Amino acid sequence: MASRLLRDHADGLLLGLAFLAWPAVAFGFGLEWSLDLAARILIYALAASALNLLLGYGGLVSFGHAAFFGAGAYTVAILAYHDFLLGPFLLFGLEIPGTSNAWIAFPLAVLVAALLALAIGALCVRTSGLYFIMITLAFAQMIYYLFVSLPDYGGEDGLSLFARSELAPLDLDVDLAFYYLCLALVFLVLLGKAAVVRSRFGWALMGIRDNERRITALGLSPYRYKLAAFVVSGALTGLAGALIANLTEFVSPAFLSWPLSGELLIIVILGGMGRLYGPLLGATAFLLLEFALKETTEHWQLALGPILILVVLFARGGLAGLLRRPGERSGHG
Amino acid sequence: MLLILEQTLNGLQYGVMLFLIAAGLTLVLGIMNLVNLAHGSLYMLGAFFCAWVSLETGSFLLGLAAALPATAAVATAVELLVVRRLYARDHLDQVLATFGLILFFNEATKILWGARPLRLDPPALLGGTIEILPGAPYPAYRLMVILVGLAVALGLYLLVTRTRLGMLIRAGASNREMVGALGVDIDRLYTVVFALGAALTALAGALAGPIYAVEIGMGESILIPVFVVIVIGGIGSIRGAFVAALLVGLTFVWGRAFLPGLFGRLLDASAASTLGSAVAAMAIYILMAAVLVWRPRGLFPPHG
Repeated sequence: MASRLLRDHADGLLLGLAFLAWPAVAFGFGLEWSLDLAARILIYALAASALNLLLGYGGLVSFGHAAFFGAGAYTVAILAYHDFLLGPFLLFGLEIPGTSNAWIAFPLAVLVAALLALAIGALCVRTSGLYFIMITLAFAQMIYYLFVSLPDYGGEDGLSLFARSELAPLDLDVDLAFYYLCLALVFLVLLGKAAVVRSRFGWALMGIRDNERRITALGLSPYRYKLAAFVVSGALTGLAGALIANLTEFVSPAFLSWPLSGELLIIVILGGMGRLYGPLLGATAFLLLEFALKETTEHWQLALGPILILVVLFARGGLAGLLRRPGERSGHG
Repeated sequence: MLLILEQTLNGLQYGVMLFLIAAGLTLVLGIMNLVNLAHGSLYMLGAFFCAWVSLETGSFLLGLAAALPATAAVATAVELLVVRRLYARDHLDQVLATFGLILFFNEATKILWGARPLRLDPPALLGGTIEILPGAPYPAYRLMVILVGLAVALGLYLLVTRTRLGMLIRAGASNREMVGALGVDIDRLYTVVFALGAALTALAGALAGPIYAVEIGMGESILIPVFVVIVIGGIGSIRGAFVAALLVGLTFVWGRAFLPGLFGRLLDASAASTLGSAVAAMAIYILMAAVLVWRPRGLFPPHG
């Protein structure tokens, strides 16, 4: 049993160990700057994992996940902004103070993203295919333009955080602590996802992906399952957003923009759709590639674009698919 | 009253431009079942070709004449090299590969023409204003854009309903296997439709040049409203794209012009301008959501 578990999850364990050990390597060889990049990889992996739940297991291509990422980031930033500078919110005559406490701000970021996903999802999951892609995209753009036109919260220029959130007893201003927080959250989300995929909910979701009519015939409501997956996916993406706001200590409408939705999709595809560790692998590969290209040339997008096209055309199944030994069953999960 | 007239014309002008871009995209979507995010890049290329040739020769018309075939040629090359391999793939692969095309085209444009926006002047003849009603001057150039857009819409209608190519396009949209089985060279038909769509988009880009900025990223900012148009109109329907484009154009321009004022009657000034501009920015998406709740497959779904 244990050996089977080890074999099935060997690639994931290896990747996990590499991330666990990376800070030691970084500090040993004077590469402290790389912790920032590694934390960014983990955060993107978290968001892409959330997207993978929808895409890989639910078959729903959301091209609007930047909305939830940005919503999480802005929730943390706006709460901190009110705490430091703007004073309490005035809501129906009530004074509600802002906060820099992560124990409050992070769950709120998740909640805001979840509610947004509920509102958007309620409309979107009625549709499918092409319509679903374009409608999720359009709603994300709507949120983007909403924030661009809110001068109180920086408009196009964005908002700076004055410090990272307080997560007593951890001190997130210490890069190492922040890095391990990200790693722990990625681990928890992957663990949760593994459990969800094996649950009744996961089976129903994959059943809907493969044959919606049959699931309906079994007496389940595809709409509810898809909406639930959409909300969970949005909420987790919001958590990633809360982390990215803390990493960069700055939020801007770029976190809500559609190229970010595109990047998350690329990460999922690159890592291998519907595979547990795919997003972590994909985020590592994509962000390292982007970093390497940026270091080499000013015109890195000229190279990145064709690379993406080549990956789509020739590397089906993503990196996780390539890493799998030939002949092995390429099942989902 | 004059303001309403002016804003309505602005809305029509924006609407016909959206239509020129949407027509090609909705054809490609309806017939080849291809999501082409890089359609906006073709719009940008059209604008840059036109601006570049105009700057070199001093003639907007020459620029326009060069932009259409040049963009169509680029589109043909892209179709043969990349896009052709994507028709049989799922939408996700198409989204990613054409996203890659966008990155490539944006960077290539930056290398060729620099990062700064290019300047494109309207032809001298259309530089002034025309008095459409006594005491109501309107820029002649914008009026010309509306007329060109309407003329192209009419021409496209005739092309699709009255010619052999149009017949094949319609047939391809309803059942491509059957068209292929009847001996039509599907590959060539697809290339022609793709290039035709690119030429229409390039026309929109060139016409947009003197009104908006000719800059990198202009394709992406117009692409999303164009998707809204296509979704509202019904994927694959040119008629739907036309109606939806005008609807979206008017909603966008009217919203931006009048909503802050309307909110001003209900709220205090600063809240009204914030809320007004926010709602105006979201207006076309709200319109889309409303249409989809009412008709999930758009106003004119082409397949029954």
